[in-house]
Amino acid sequence: MGKTIAEKILSRKSGRDAYANDIVVADVDFRMGQDGTAPLAIRSFEKMNGESVFDPERVAFVIDHSAPSPLEGVSALHSLMRRFAKEKGITLYDVGEGVCHQLLPEKGHVGPGSLVIGADSHTCTYGALNAFATGVGSTDLAAALISGKMWFKVPETIKFICHGRLPKGVYSKDLILYLISQVTADGATYMAAEYTGEAICALSVEGRFTISNMAIEMGAKVGLMEADDKVWEWVRSHGSGEFEAVSPDPDASYAAVKEYDVSNLEPYVAKPHRVDNGVPVGEVKGTPIQQAVLGTCTNGRLEDLAVAARILHQRRVHPGVRLIVAPASRKVYLEAMETGVLQTLVRAGAAVVTPGCGPCVGTHNGIPSDGENVISTANRNFKGRMANNKAFIYLASPATVAASAVRGEITDPREFLE
Amino acid sequence: MELRGRAHCFGNDVNTDYIISGKYKFKTLDMKELAQHVMEDLDPDFARKVQPGDFVVAGRNFGCGSSREQAPLALLNAGVGAVLAQSFARIFYRNAINTGLPVVVCDTSSIRSGDELVVNLERGVLKNLTQGTETPIKPLPPFMLKILADGGLVEHFRKYGTFNLE
Repeated sequence: MGKTIAEKILSRKSGRDAYANDIVVADVDFRMGQDGTAPLAIRSFEKMNGESVFDPERVAFVIDHSAPSPLEGVSALHSLMRRFAKEKGITLYDVGEGVCHQLLPEKGHVGPGSLVIGADSHTCTYGALNAFATGVGSTDLAAALISGKMWFKVPETIKFICHGRLPKGVYSKDLILYLISQVTADGATYMAAEYTGEAICALSVEGRFTISNMAIEMGAKVGLMEADDKVWEWVRSHGSGEFEAVSPDPDASYAAVKEYDVSNLEPYVAKPHRVDNGVPVGEVKGTPIQQAVLGTCTNGRLEDLAVAARILHQRRVHPGVRLIVAPASRKVYLEAMETGVLQTLVRAGAAVVTPGCGPCVGTHNGIPSDGENVISTANRNFKGRMANNKAFIYLASPATVAASAVRGEITDPREFLE
Repeated sequence: MELRGRAHCFGNDVNTDYIISGKYKFKTLDMKELAQHVMEDLDPDFARKVQPGDFVVAGRNFGCGSSREQAPLALLNAGVGAVLAQSFARIFYRNAINTGLPVVVCDTSSIRSGDELVVNLERGVLKNLTQGTETPIKPLPPFMLKILADGGLVEHFRKYGTFNLE
């Protein structure tokens, strides 16, 4: 019987002929924890009587969620991570290096066919590189630090086929917000999503990361894609690891196959307080905003900043708006400097913060006030997400965020892209 | 494993930010402190009202969102004995089993806040003592029951040093 990408990778890593709904214990290729989850993992590791870390070269800790530390309590957790990483020989990406989901691919730690766990729900991002990458909790991470393994229920797969080409002014973020609005926030719970079709193939690898990143927002365990030439080129230019890609068999069995023609898709915006509240931008156009956030693990890459810079070039951010920009990594930050993108954004009035997660997850660097509307390139708009449950978060593409920052209200970016 | 408690009802899509907001979880590893803020964006009085062994009862997709294990730990430390929902988001579900918080998939639509409930995980049955009804619950796979019976994955690893799920 044919297999999906998820079934093939979990079979390979568990040494068993595994199919959907089987339970396997599999060898994990790479393990990651960030500062919101690694401290608890260290505590679980110690309680489990863990001594050494299995293959420490294939582990990274990333200090990104609350970095640089805004509080004494956070500083203590960061110190704990630094001490543990040094003791056990684990790679530590400290303050300023960037967001974990940018760093793992960028540093060459993940690639086609690999099995990756990260103690962060958006670990599914690397599915764009054909990796079975999934978010877990701290105790799962601790167990994997000790044993190098984790248990998995092999997921069923939903296949998303996206036909056509995205029109001008419509980006991968619009596509994933649209897909989530179609299948709902729990439409793919416990499942793997496989994304394919002409529209996906036409995207850059950066654009594909945005789609896989948000697989969790439809409940999926992973958001997988096949590795084409673009992926291999990306992987080779970001490291030297050995990887072996996996394609689904033509006779693989799917829980559902969903087909969409996206050639007439419009820019999409997810309204508060649910990610599956996506509507065409026209429906929320004119909504006043007080804060705009450009960055996060969903859309903080050079391509995203450059799209925003095109709109903000020789324009000013509306006086009633704070535009906060967080590049996804130091590398992205430097590239944005070297290409003039950052200069354009800062000239337009942007406040650039350290590469990291702060504004998205509500730890610091842009907590909205009561009753304020925020438009953000992040992946979640839950009530209270940005640390104020009386604020309202709208999710959109970098282009829509930039256009809205200029006007001071939610704006269709196509008005700026003549 | 038989559990008995009083129901506290919530709706669909209770996400991990509602269970414990990101603004608290980065500050401390003291779960008792986090437990004081559990569910506060949905019910500011919850932490004060909840009695040891009480159940959180919800609709679909409980625990969607973050991988933060502080979510089940904050519920456990607030005294919650189990979470009953029509469905769970997968990372929360794993984290609950791993930390020793029983999670029960069943039809929760007729349960009202304040109902007295008894759950038997092995027999797969939920009794509503207040309403005098019985509902079947989806049984947990044996290996998950094993981790729960061990008291969570930490205790499982203390016992076996690795996964022992066969």
